[in-house]
Amino acid sequence: MSLTSDDVKRVAKLARLGLTEAEASETLTQLNSILGLVDKMQQTNTDGVAPLAHPLELTQTLRADQVTETNHREKYQSVAPRAEAGLYLVPRVVE
Amino acid sequence: MSQITDLTLAQLKQLLDDDDLSSVEITTAFLDRIDSLNPELNAFITVSHEDACKAAADADAARAKGKASAYMGLPIAHKDLFCTEGTRTTCGSKMLADFVAPYNAHVVSRCQQAGLISLGKLNMDEFAMGSSNENSFFGAVKNPWDPARVSGGSSGGSAAAVSAQMTPLATATDTGGSIRQPAALTGTSGLKPTYGRVSRFGMIAFASSLDQGGLIAHTAEDIALGLGLIAGHDPRDSTSADKAVPDYTATLGDSLKGKTIGLPTQFFDERLGPAMRQSMDDVLDVFRSLGATTVEVSLDHIVEAIPAYYVIAPAEASSNLSRFDGVRFGYRADDPEDLTDLYERSRGEGFGSEVKRRILIGTYALSEGYYDAYYKKAQQIRRLIKQDFEYALSQCDLLFGPTTPSTAFVIGEKVADPIAMYLEDIYTVATNMAGLPGGSFQAPLIDGLPSGYQLTGPAFGEDAILNAAHQIQTVTDWHKLRPGNS
Repeated sequence: MSLTSDDVKRVAKLARLGLTEAEASETLTQLNSILGLVDKMQQTNTDGVAPLAHPLELTQTLRADQVTETNHREKYQSVAPRAEAGLYLVPRVVE
Repeated sequence: MSQITDLTLAQLKQLLDDDDLSSVEITTAFLDRIDSLNPELNAFITVSHEDACKAAADADAARAKGKASAYMGLPIAHKDLFCTEGTRTTCGSKMLADFVAPYNAHVVSRCQQAGLISLGKLNMDEFAMGSSNENSFFGAVKNPWDPARVSGGSSGGSAAAVSAQMTPLATATDTGGSIRQPAALTGTSGLKPTYGRVSRFGMIAFASSLDQGGLIAHTAEDIALGLGLIAGHDPRDSTSADKAVPDYTATLGDSLKGKTIGLPTQFFDERLGPAMRQSMDDVLDVFRSLGATTVEVSLDHIVEAIPAYYVIAPAEASSNLSRFDGVRFGYRADDPEDLTDLYERSRGEGFGSEVKRRILIGTYALSEGYYDAYYKKAQQIRRLIKQDFEYALSQCDLLFGPTTPSTAFVIGEKVADPIAMYLEDIYTVATNMAGLPGGSFQAPLIDGLPSGYQLTGPAFGEDAILNAAHQIQTVTDWHKLRPGNS
């Protein structure tokens, strides 16, 4: 499978990743060579092999449904680029 | 007595316990060495002069009162993806260049509780993506053995700092070889523990099913000391193993008589050059002289490990890195037109090119219509790899092979060719896919540059790996060789 420059733009859009025109064309060549490497997987017969998501195959641990977290809003918002009155500020979304 | 910075963690601990050295003397010696070498080597992104000196004075005062914890006053440095409260954590990225975490990583807390003093934060490939440290926003780390060469990656700062004796112990992380490969290229010892052995809480995530924190030091003994401090269950990481932590130092002296070392044929085929083969043969001769026997084994699917890894790791990265959106923390683009523009430009300007490539590959692999061909296929191969290791390790105690195909390459040599860079990890990624522990330890120099051998063990077999490496280090001097610029 080989990507076109429209594919790169579509994927960049999905990833909300801004690319300049120069980056997009340079990336296209590199992504295709990476996908060429990745496509070597297709030579391996994996019929009937169950996918392995996690090396230890543990089941998710559960804890009692109790509130354990304390409120750190101020501390966590202190590292935000723009926050005010307990809110994260972003450009206007609704007119 | 040799210089303070020549000593291992175990030796420093002994001198501190015997009152022959103070923590202030130790800390100052390492800080002085950082000040003199770091401008050239670039191993540290942040040096914590003030905090470290204050902690050292406090440690000496506590020791004088007889109130010191066992490791109080000994130095360490942290890879800059472990969050440190009050000290910036950059992850080698413009995205986090000014980020000061509001909490400590579990590993950092454990080290603090033990009394270790952090000298600073270590350079790395951006978001741990790379094998040469050339992907750091803060510039490449130079190899102390030859500053024209790479230190390896992504934990290149950790490896170079230990190699150049700027710290006796460094934390590091390994997703596809990022502890073992730089350890091999810098003549240090490095251990990637079993997945789940060390909590990932506060470790900035790259690929969550592969990432594991570990250590780089001069010796297996120092790693055994350090691992005992950072390993163990942490309820804040749901994949952290609830399993008792053995005393890794207690088994270091065990004999290797009767142990079986497995040699995967795929590690010794035509891809391995004559110099590295000779280096491996030299190490194997020592194993045999210590009473171990060798047996050939096979890891049939090792060749597919790299392609499958370059689906799984980018897929998980594309998901993990979606949190960097310019809203809650990290870099934010100036004057965004609207919310989409804010997201796209903050990420476009904040991430470097390798990170962008991996986000794009991962997003593509997970996008509608491609899931079965890429992600599911890679996970199926992952199971085959795990089964290969289980079968191979049923025939031996540990697996042995080279850590890297060659010694450190020249800075700039592989930058334009991502595939050549990815193949650097050909001997290491499979271990992460299977979640097993792996260590890299010093082998003979090749043309004046370090080489490393790799030991892979069964799940939670860190003790066996450290025991074997320690036994080799007891009768060889490869781990005592230091770069010439001291």
